Amino acid sequence: MTLEESHFASPSSVTEGLASVDYLADERIAQVVFLAERLGKPVLVEGPAGVGKTELAKSVAGLTGRPLVRLQCYEGLDEAKALYEWNYKKQLLRIQADVDHDWDAISHDIFSEEFLLERPLLEAIRSSEPVVLLIDEVDRVEVETEALLLEILSDFQVSIPELGTMEANTHPLVFLTSNNTRELSEALKRRCLFLHIDYPDADREQAILTARVPDLSEHLASQVAKVARSIRSLDLKKAPSVSETIDWARTLLALSVDEVDEAVLGDTLHVLLKYQADIERAAKELTSSPQG
Amino acid sequence: MLPVITGFIDELRSAGVPVSMVEAIDGMKAVEAIDLGSRVALRETLRATLVKNLRHERAFDTAFDIYFSTLPLPTQDDEPVDQDSQSEESGGGQGGSGDPEIDRQDLFDALLEALSNLDSEALRRGVRDAVDQLAGMEPGRPVGGTYYLYRTMRRLDLAQLQADLLEALTGDEDLSEFERRLLTEEVEGLIERLREEIQDEIRRRLVADRGREAVAKTLRRPLIEDIDLMHATSNDLAEMEAAIGPLTRKLAARLARRRKRRTGRLDFRRTVRRSLATGGVPADPQFRHPRPHRPEVWLLCDISGSMATFSRFTLQFTHAMSTHFSKLRTFAFVDTIDEVSNFFGPGIDFGSAVSRITTEAEVVWLDGHSDYGNSIETFYSRYGSQLTPRTTVIVTGDARNNYRPPRDLVLGEVAKKSRAVVWLNPEPKAYWDTGDSAMSSYGRHCTSVHEVRTLRQLEDFVETLTLPTGNPVQNR
Repeated sequence: MTLEESHFASPSSVTEGLASVDYLADERIAQVVFLAERLGKPVLVEGPAGVGKTELAKSVAGLTGRPLVRLQCYEGLDEAKALYEWNYKKQLLRIQADVDHDWDAISHDIFSEEFLLERPLLEAIRSSEPVVLLIDEVDRVEVETEALLLEILSDFQVSIPELGTMEANTHPLVFLTSNNTRELSEALKRRCLFLHIDYPDADREQAILTARVPDLSEHLASQVAKVARSIRSLDLKKAPSVSETIDWARTLLALSVDEVDEAVLGDTLHVLLKYQADIERAAKELTSSPQG
Repeated sequence: MLPVITGFIDELRSAGVPVSMVEAIDGMKAVEAIDLGSRVALRETLRATLVKNLRHERAFDTAFDIYFSTLPLPTQDDEPVDQDSQSEESGGGQGGSGDPEIDRQDLFDALLEALSNLDSEALRRGVRDAVDQLAGMEPGRPVGGTYYLYRTMRRLDLAQLQADLLEALTGDEDLSEFERRLLTEEVEGLIERLREEIQDEIRRRLVADRGREAVAKTLRRPLIEDIDLMHATSNDLAEMEAAIGPLTRKLAARLARRRKRRTGRLDFRRTVRRSLATGGVPADPQFRHPRPHRPEVWLLCDISGSMATFSRFTLQFTHAMSTHFSKLRTFAFVDTIDEVSNFFGPGIDFGSAVSRITTEAEVVWLDGHSDYGNSIETFYSRYGSQLTPRTTVIVTGDARNNYRPPRDLVLGEVAKKSRAVVWLNPEPKAYWDTGDSAMSSYGRHCTSVHEVRTLRQLEDFVETLTLPTGNPVQNR
């Protein structure tokens, strides 16, 4: 074990460390981050949109002081954009620059590291200092493209046919996030630690609100958290995410509201919910008496 | 530690969670790296390394509680005395004697206070006493924990506890409807916590009494994909509904991939045209693009009380796959039939479409009991002329006709005019043709009849439906 790998002494030090960068981790998150660092395994973070999956990777980067290398996934992502690409223009120039040399020397020369363009994945493992690698929304790439990630996730190396295997200088801390829009392949899952982040419970959400919106009063934060929990229990098209409750708390603060009541709720519900049908539904449910 | 963990992994595998060898090794390595004093640390470590799918977490939690439960806390009372009062209780039945009644009141108050003060230590003590006095657990009796849980909960009078708790938390304040709602939800959360505590306590005692493997076996529950649709609880149904989305997406991805690979027949004209470039040698054969096989599907769903859940899942699954069909028409019936295709469509919420079926579609003619005979006859007379040899008709239902004439010959006519008639029956095969089930009279006219009792079977069926074979589905 090298020195930089003993960043965290225990899961509770992860919790404390993350809290210092305003990320409030629960036991599960802390434990998995701790393990990821100890075992040097990637973490697959899954959960509904806006619960802080990406934020977790950013916070870990902020906490450990490692630079963050980010690969945003999308449909059609390929090798040339994820791993590496040959710099064709430079290669052409090189060939034209000396016509005197024989072909063998040049052809050997133009496939060297000088002509290699590093893309995020290669950059992450070739970096001289350890980084945090964030592979965001990995469920967006096609199943075939997923295979590109396998080598780097299990062995931290990239094979380039013309050059051979590029091994990692340093071990990056890898986070993959997924919104679970499709099932990821078994091969990918097997190489990762699995972390499912759900909406926080009311107490933790209150703590998150207080940390992110410092001017918010204790009472209002507790009310906002309870309303959010209540709305999430309804059957909606899109439940409010943590980032949306933070927005809502900021809105309430800007309107200098100090008590959430039905009128305030009716006026500001559109900050929490983004579908008209959901807004109507929530307004109706929340302001009517509970059944039973 | 090692044998416990391997036993635990075995239990996960028996419960249907696929734990690979690599993952098991990872789990062991991870356990070495952590502080074994903390139960939460152990749980989250094993969870992160062994379980890679949210749907398997429930099975994991159950197995973990059994294999790594803390020992039951010793009771303060003398054991033999306790045993006596227990047997007296269970023997006395519902009434009970005078003494336990007073105890119960004390217990009730203790729990109420613990819950309203959020005092987990006191709560645990209360729960321990409650299980002591109310569950009436008998050593060695091979029942699952749910029986004891039910017994304890019934005797505790939770409705009263909930009402009192609400009152205690409200105090003297005058609450608006909105605030009251928030408070009620909080109380419900507390009651749920009490329930979990009781369940844990019972499980701990069962494990101490009968050993891990035995308890694990009684508590093992099927995965969501394997739950019998006819006997699912409302919790199961909610989880199944959540699971349908990912399942259909997975299936769609699989179908798309398969489609890409297949090449069509040789395109002779284009091959000859290309061969001119190579001096008439057909070096580069050209193929026709395969025409995607998109069957036209008509779905006939029995939506009477007993079949409602099953039909709902079939509808949901089929509609999620609707892009793979050239046309999808939906009919609903109880004792007569009505077309409900217009209720569905892109951008329309599935739940509201289903509720529209029950309120707006004219599916009841006489008394609202299933009448397959009349439904099929009405179907044939109204829509029969629109059937084509490309139509696949799918009927979902248990074929329980309430002893009415089956009129199965009409189904034969439907089968003659269409490509295939497929019947999906959610009942176990052994029950077909018992009582008022007319399955085999209808089955004679069907291309195939399938027993579809779980989501997995439903998924398999929908996949075979999109296969471009001459006969869409083979009888299995």
